Amino acid sequence: MTDTTLNTREDIKLSNAQIAWRAAQDIEDGAYVNLGIGFPEMVARFQPPGRQAIFHTENGILNFGEAPPAGEEDWDLINAGKKAVTLKPGAAFFHHADSFAMVRGGHLDVAILGAYQVAENGDLANWRVGSKGVPAVGGAMDLVHGAKQVFVITEHVTKDGKPKLVEKCTFPLTGVGCITRVYTSHAVIDIRDRRFVVREKLAAMSLEELQAMTGAPLHTDGPVADLTVPAL
Amino acid sequence: MDKTLASVAEAVSAIHDGATLMIGGFGGSGAPIELIHALIDRFLATGSPKNLTVINNNAGNGRIGIAAMIDAGMVKKMVCSFPRSSDPRAFTDKYLAGEIELELVPQGTLAERIRAGGAGIPAFYTPTGYGTELAEGKVIAEFEGRAYVQERWLKADFAIVKGQLGDTYGNLTYNKAGRNFNPLMCMAAATTIAQVSKIVPAGGIDPEQVVTPGIFVNGVVEVENPQQEEVLIRAGVAHV
Repeated sequence: MTDTTLNTREDIKLSNAQIAWRAAQDIEDGAYVNLGIGFPEMVARFQPPGRQAIFHTENGILNFGEAPPAGEEDWDLINAGKKAVTLKPGAAFFHHADSFAMVRGGHLDVAILGAYQVAENGDLANWRVGSKGVPAVGGAMDLVHGAKQVFVITEHVTKDGKPKLVEKCTFPLTGVGCITRVYTSHAVIDIRDRRFVVREKLAAMSLEELQAMTGAPLHTDGPVADLTVPAL
Repeated sequence: MDKTLASVAEAVSAIHDGATLMIGGFGGSGAPIELIHALIDRFLATGSPKNLTVINNNAGNGRIGIAAMIDAGMVKKMVCSFPRSSDPRAFTDKYLAGEIELELVPQGTLAERIRAGGAGIPAFYTPTGYGTELAEGKVIAEFEGRAYVQERWLKADFAIVKGQLGDTYGNLTYNKAGRNFNPLMCMAAATTIAQVSKIVPAGGIDPEQVVTPGIFVNGVVEVENPQQEEVLIRAGVAHV
């Protein structure tokens, strides 16, 4: 099969909201969670009823909430994406060294990040795609270390149909061996013992089809459940 | 003892050519805009200070603050984690033209290097960056079966920061998430100047509420209604 005929099953893929919804189902009540800037922030919208995670932002807040109404922003009260936020009861402020002590010190339960590539050994590339332009890393390299679970949410393939789950990352690395689970537009895949292990896949596709759009061998160590999400 | 300074111009008057300067804030949150602009005004009037090495999480936004310092030609080098913003033109143009140096540091490593500088710890080991291009050439060591990167402390000649309340002893509080890098930079600079919204007498801040003890602060200047970078940018303000 060549690239031009690779069937990436765009016809059945989950939307970004559905990928975020699925990841949100695995966050426990009371968990301390950091959501990366951009797509991962969407996970906060889909917390299951009865559960309340406490969200951490690198610039120094625990338990921040939604954006305030326009015109009511306090620009000292922002998140890591520099967007105005509000506070929930029980919020706390702290300086940057304490904030990253929470990150590296193993105090966060979950970090959720985007990805350009994830390798079967858990390597992540998500901060730059080449050597051109102005490099900017922010907190990405810190966030991949320390959280008890580091999840990636991503499309299963790139916009031009190339695998994002690969044997070895070709883009510059963010961290080595750091990712524990990947939620994609087509599957939920754990990384165990340097292998991709499929936990869930869309019912409308076969494991062979999923393998065909993945750049590294897929494994199973039990039944593969159907990946089911609501219409969002 | 009274660490009060009369004006922002006086507050930045000792910052010299070639100085290493920590500037507090994360984007516009907690950024000492008036102190930065006073420094730019001095440069425009006298040609000094120039060839500055500036340490901040970012590298400026729009045409104010650190971006305006870069536009004015005062900055030789930026040490930062994320030299991007909603309008990063000032840094981007100079960087791509080879006219400004960049030391890119992961955000948590930047914070810890500054903390270490203030705490007298010359180096430490962190998992951050191991196996990436930002760890190339650095000492690696294994602890309990895991690899870590050695990072060095970061110190400065001067820090300019923004607080909420300051007293005459230099004790500081901050506004919300505006504290970010500010307390760390206060510790890591030989001379720290804080702008605060209000200066109160010693005893005017409950000791339980002090975030930065005055031992880390050399001068305090009152800026009653400080400007916010985000508001200035939305209004299209240019300082240079």
